[in-house]
This record gives sequence, structure tokens and C-alpha cells, in this order.
Amino acid sequence: MEITELTVHELKEKLANKELTITEVTKAYINRINEKEKDIGAFVTTLEEQSLQKAKEIEEKMKTNEIKGELAGIPIGIKDNICTKGIHTTCSSKMLENFVSPYDATVMEKVNNENMINLGKLNMDEFAMGGSTEYSAFHITKNPWNLNKVPGGSSGGSAAAVAAGMVPWALGSDTGGSIRQPASFCGVVGMKPTYGLVSRYGLVAFASSLDQIGPITKDVEDCAMLLNVITGHDEKDSTSENREKIDYTLSLKNDVKGMKIGVPKEFFGEGIQEEVKQKLEEAIEKYKELGAQIEEFSLDIANYALATYYIIACAEASSNLGRFDGIRYGYRTPNYDNLKDIYKNSRSEAFGSEVKRRIILGTYVLSSGYYDAYYKKAQQVRTLVQSKFDEAFSKYDVILTPTAPTTAFNIGEKSINPLEMYLADICTVSVNIAGLPGISIPCNVDKEGMPIGMQLIGQKFSEETLLNAAYTFEQATKFRENYKPML
Amino acid sequence: MKVSKEEILHIAKLANLNLKEEEIDTYLLHLQDILNFANIVNNAPVEGLSETIGANKNYNVFRKDEIINFEDNEALLANAPEKERNMFKIPKVIQ
Repeated sequence: MEITELTVHELKEKLANKELTITEVTKAYINRINEKEKDIGAFVTTLEEQSLQKAKEIEEKMKTNEIKGELAGIPIGIKDNICTKGIHTTCSSKMLENFVSPYDATVMEKVNNENMINLGKLNMDEFAMGGSTEYSAFHITKNPWNLNKVPGGSSGGSAAAVAAGMVPWALGSDTGGSIRQPASFCGVVGMKPTYGLVSRYGLVAFASSLDQIGPITKDVEDCAMLLNVITGHDEKDSTSENREKIDYTLSLKNDVKGMKIGVPKEFFGEGIQEEVKQKLEEAIEKYKELGAQIEEFSLDIANYALATYYIIACAEASSNLGRFDGIRYGYRTPNYDNLKDIYKNSRSEAFGSEVKRRIILGTYVLSSGYYDAYYKKAQQVRTLVQSKFDEAFSKYDVILTPTAPTTAFNIGEKSINPLEMYLADICTVSVNIAGLPGISIPCNVDKEGMPIGMQLIGQKFSEETLLNAAYTFEQATKFRENYKPML
Repeated sequence: MKVSKEEILHIAKLANLNLKEEEIDTYLLHLQDILNFANIVNNAPVEGLSETIGANKNYNVFRKDEIINFEDNEALLANAPEKERNMFKIPKVIQ
């Protein structure tokens, strides 16, 4: 098997018993990137020289026992909205095209403490606003399973790079489905942790009450390993929770006997592609075989949650993106006579159309006269969504839904109609609204051979239950052995 | 709710954005479309429910008010669009 096809837990073993060296692994990935990047377009910045240099350094230090650590020398890719010291962090926006972060995000400090090797920064929808990576200001990313299709978004570069074997795993961010939906479209595993489990310090803010960083990996065991690295309390993020550190790999029991899984019928209704429904029903049957108790129930919140999501996310974005004013960093217009012109012209020239659209919507719902009708109402609906989930979790350990209503759509198919693009988030947003953890794992493919994702949702801080449920299904179905991207 | 052209221009002004004449109609159309959809929050059964402002229940998280100097001034100023004598440069504010 090619080095770039190995999971991280396999790589780790081969490094430990000296079957492979860190430099060999790094070179294999760099070769793969050089070979496939022109087709996929997953990266904004590649770090070929730096990563080879780092590989050599780590190898030297390991020889003298200066550093240890089982993940030392494992490569990784990072979504381009996570700040990396001394390396461009662009958010795939013209606004930050030349921005070099003076500091590391907390998750990057953690990744660096493990002596992992950053292979580069991955493409995304501009400021994480979008579901197809078509809204990147630089270039689109293509789906490795079919180059005419989108990889999903906004972490489309991360998911496509993992699926194409250009990185062994990656970090993404998820505000309304931006890890899980691209994971679903690209046939990989993606997890949005509980809000507060992972520090957001150094993640360029989109909607602060919804954003969360999480892993995109080849399988569930890798997902647990990467989650181990990035979790933990951080004083620099006041919303991060102070909890005891957990080793998530210990939760992979490969056993769901007696587990209660709720299936909300509204998530299998109108707008869900027939094949997605069918394959999800097969997955449910599989869980039954494995000894889980399945029950259908009503969770009629998806439409309310989606409307609420777009109100809250845009409101928060309009405020968060106020910082881009052309003064201290980011793009500054050459056309100005006074300070006001710098603000207006810099923002108008450097933000893309989707970002402007959301700033306008967010400013509108917060403006005098509409605040009560939209923003305040949305905050109340948020309470409603949380209470409906609380009710469900008094009966079930896990809730099972499709990750997305369809498989990956064609490039250009939805980018002209914003509302249609928004509707593609219908299955994922309620998880962010309620601050819950959610994981997407591939469960099958459609007739065109495109992956179908299954989403598992848990109560707050029930990542262990979710990972075990996902792992047990994965071990019983072996998606990776049966299906591979055409690439 | 119907959004007028004047309203969208007012919103753009609040958001410090210029809209070109040909952009106004498109944004108006999209905003209207999205608001029509978002309006369903007004049919949600939320009578008597409080507002949730965040995903977790933390309230007033305190830490010590300590000054930590960020040493790497050079890296900070390297991102400045214009600078002079270790400062960000902007046009004259008071005319």
C-alpha cells in the first residue's frame, strides 16, 4: 500500500517500528501534493521546503531522544482560517491575501507541541461562508471522487486533501456544517466537537457562538487521536470549558449493544435525495444487526433551526468582520482621501459577494426596527431547539440523520442561488445552534459512485459515545476498503 | 416584509460597504429571498421562552487582569498596509 493511503494510526505504527522514516513519509506526501494539486486545488499555501526541513529536524532530535511523542513527524494540513505563526493565513479572501499571522492559534500550539509537520494551508469558502468552496477568492477546489463536483464547504480544501491522500489528516472549522458536510461529500470522517471543547483562540471568527474547530480524518480512530491533541481548556477563549482531559481512543469499544439510537423522521422527508434516504435506512438496519435499539421519533426543528442559523450567523459575522477596516492589517484600498473612504473602499474592494451578502443580511437583522422580529426571535428559537434536543436525549444516546440532503453537487450548480446553497445545510445547522457534538462518517455511495454521509449527534460532551457508535459501524461496514476516489 | 432600495442603501452605509448600481438589485433580490425564508422564525412556538445567547451556560468568566507584553512588534507591523516610525499610518482624521 502507498504511504499516502495509510491512516495515521497505521503510519504511527510503521514509524515506531522503523518500517518508515519521517522524511520518507513527508516526501511521499509532498510528491502526492505536487502530482494532484493541479487537479484538486486543495491548498492556498504549500510548505514543501519548510516541511522537509522540519522532518529532518525532528528525525535528528528523536535520535538523541531530545523529543519523543507518538505523533512526532506526522504530517497535517490546516484550514486557512486557523492562525499559523509566520505562515500566511488568508481565509481564502482578498482581504487577508498578504496576512502573515504573528502568533499561533491554540490548536496550532498543540499540533506543534506534538511535533507534527504542517504541509500547508487548505482552501475554503471565503471566511468560511459557503458550502462548496466555490466562494474562495483564489480558486475552486474539486471533489477527488469526481472532478466535476464540489468537495462541499466551507472546509472543502481540508476534506478534499484528506480524501485525495494529500494530507493524512486535517483541521477544519464548523459553524453550520463546514466540517461534516464536506466530509460527507468527500467520503471521509469529520467531527464538530461540543461547543467549548476546543479553544477558538486564533480561529478567525465568523460566528463566535457557533464556531468550533475539529478533525477531518480517514477513519474514526484517527478522528479520536486528533481530537485528543486539540481539546483542552484555554484561558484565552472564555467560552472554552474546563474539563478533565479524556483519551478518546479508549472509547472505541466496537460495541453498540443496547445503545439507544433515535431517528428523527423529519430529517428523512422532503428535499432529501431518495438514494441518500435508502442508504441511510440500510445503515439503520446495520445498527439493528449490531444490537442497537432504533426508534423513530419526531424532531420538527430543522426549518426553524436553519432560519435561526442564518439570522444568528450573519448577525455575528457582520459584527466580527467589522474589524477588517484597512488600518492595521489586511487589504487597504489605494483609492481614498479620508479615513471613511479607507474603511468603505477597502471593504468593498476586498470582500467577495457572499461575504458582503451576509454582512448586509446580518446588519439588517440587527438594525433598529428589525431586531425584535428577527434577531430576538432567532435567539428564542435557539432555546426551543436546545430544549427539543434535551427532550430527545432523555430517551436516546445518539440521534442519526443524513449529513447532507444530497451527495456532492456539480460545480456551478448552486453558486448563483444563495438560498438554495443555504438549504444544503438543513441537516447540520441545528447541531451548532444547540452547541452539540456531531460526526459524519461515510456509509455508502450513490449510483454515480459519490459518497453518502451519515451524521450522528450526541448530547454535550458525549464525544466518546459518538466515536464508539461511529467506530462500530465503520468496523462492520469497511467503507474505505470497498470504495475509493477515482483519482 | 418588503425591503426597499433606500433601506438596502442605508444598511450598506451602516456596514461600511459601497454597492455599485448594478449590485443593488441583485442584493435586494437575494436579501428579500432569504428574509422570506427566515421569516418562519416568527411562526415558531416560542411564547414565553427566554433568549439563548450562547451555546453554553457560562456566565461572567473571570481571569486575572495581567499585562502580557506581545514582544514581536515587527511581526505585527509587518501586516500594516502603511507604517511610519513603528506606527500604523492613516490619513489625517481632523480636517
